[in-house]
Amino acid sequence: MSTTYKLTTPLTDEDVCKLVIGDVVLLTGTIYTARDAAHKRLVESLDKGETLPFDLKGALIYYVGPTPAPPGRPIGAAGPTTSYRMDSYAPRLHSLGLKATIGKGKRSDEVKAALTAHKAVYFGATGGAGALLSQCIKAARVIAYEDLGPEAIRELTVVDFPLLVINDATGGELYVKPKLDM
Amino acid sequence: MRIIPAADVIEAVATMCMESNVELPADVWAKFRECAAREESPSAKEIFRQLLENADLAKETRLPLCQDTGLAVLFVDLGEDCRVEGGLRAAINEGVRKGYKDGYLRKSACDPFTRKNTGDNTPAIIHIDLVPGDKLKIFFMAKGGGSENMSRVTFLSPAQGWPGIKDFVVRRVAEAGPNPCPPTVIGVGIGGNAELSAIIAKKALMRSLDDVHPDPDIAAKEKELLDAINELGIGPMGLGGKTTSLGVKIAVAPCHLASLPLAVNVQCHSSRHREVIL
Ligand code: SF4
Repeated sequence: MSTTYKLTTPLTDEDVCKLVIGDVVLLTGTIYTARDAAHKRLVESLDKGETLPFDLKGALIYYVGPTPAPPGRPIGAAGPTTSYRMDSYAPRLHSLGLKATIGKGKRSDEVKAALTAHKAVYFGATGGAGALLSQCIKAARVIAYEDLGPEAIRELTVVDFPLLVINDATGGELYVKPKLDM
Repeated sequence: MRIIPAADVIEAVATMCMESNVELPADVWAKFRECAAREESPSAKEIFRQLLENADLAKETRLPLCQDTGLAVLFVDLGEDCRVEGGLRAAINEGVRKGYKDGYLRKSACDPFTRKNTGDNTPAIIHIDLVPGDKLKIFFMAKGGGSENMSRVTFLSPAQGWPGIKDFVVRRVAEAGPNPCPPTVIGVGIGGNAELSAIIAKKALMRSLDDVHPDPDIAAKEKELLDAINELGIGPMGLGGKTTSLGVKIAVAPCHLASLPLAVNVQCHSSRHREVIL
């Protein structure tokens, strides 16, 4: 039986460790957007020993490149992008305190191992539900890499943002295995 | 020779960019409802509920259905007795530029090496066919990257035939799993050569979900593939269920004696397309 939790950011070990696959989380607080190009820069900054544009401790990264905000709205459509492209970066960020990532699609074994090692989770948001998910985003501001346009890092204020636990901190995975018996 | 004003093309293309991104085509909408009714698992039902709510909301608020508003892909049937003032390609690209700007759509085109965004979602990917007559028909598709990344072109040995084709397509969908935002639509290009198989697979996605292929043998193959794909049980968003794909569309072209080219173009549930005749 899946449970629904209301959680607020930043996430703690305790928040994360009670989550099991299939649980629903309604998240309130601050999350950070980053996708392909922003991850490359984040990791380059770490290599150079620079401080990152946001504190990774207890943080959540949302893999998203939103559409431009139309007049009167904080942000445009904002659903998840496919996560595997960030797999090579995620373990390092988890080792520095990142508590969760939000995206869609499968993660690598390395990422799953990092979730267990660093008490973190991978959340799925519904792909292609960009207009719907946008309703839970109350404020957005670019905090780094503005030149990347849709790929810039944004700080989002979310209220009851709906998430599904896809990979938990004990190695569980929610996605079904395809029945291939041809 | 009929002269079509560039402004007409620009306006028509810009409108298709904006409309397709906020209003799901009626065939996709209907298919969501039909498939939702067949699902038994709570997660599959819930995903369809969200997708339908998302589609309603997008139409009402004019927020895009999905944040990935795609690369602009256009198939053009250009009548041999007409031409577009100032050039067809220039007009189409201007229409895309305008549509993506005025519609607050995301610009997703970038340089493959530097990854620098071109800033206006151009150049569009444009396929032009010359056809008899003096009409200009333009098909537009907003094609997302997540589903496109799951597409493949391969070369089977002619001996592998239909069983080989079926095996490759079903395995491709299985391997893609939750990544391309299932329930998907699968375009299959069989024959031609490396580029033609890919182009016809993409163009097949422009067909309405409810149309039946005019060749009964191909229509039966489409159904056979769809049934095999839905047997995989991947379901909406990969959470399990009866609907892994909404439809399979096959296009066929003659090929070399030595080859059996095969292209699989994966389209997500956000199957956004429009067409216009000028
Ligand atoms: S695969 Fe389609 S629905 Fe999913 S995020 Fe990409 S464009 Fe949107």
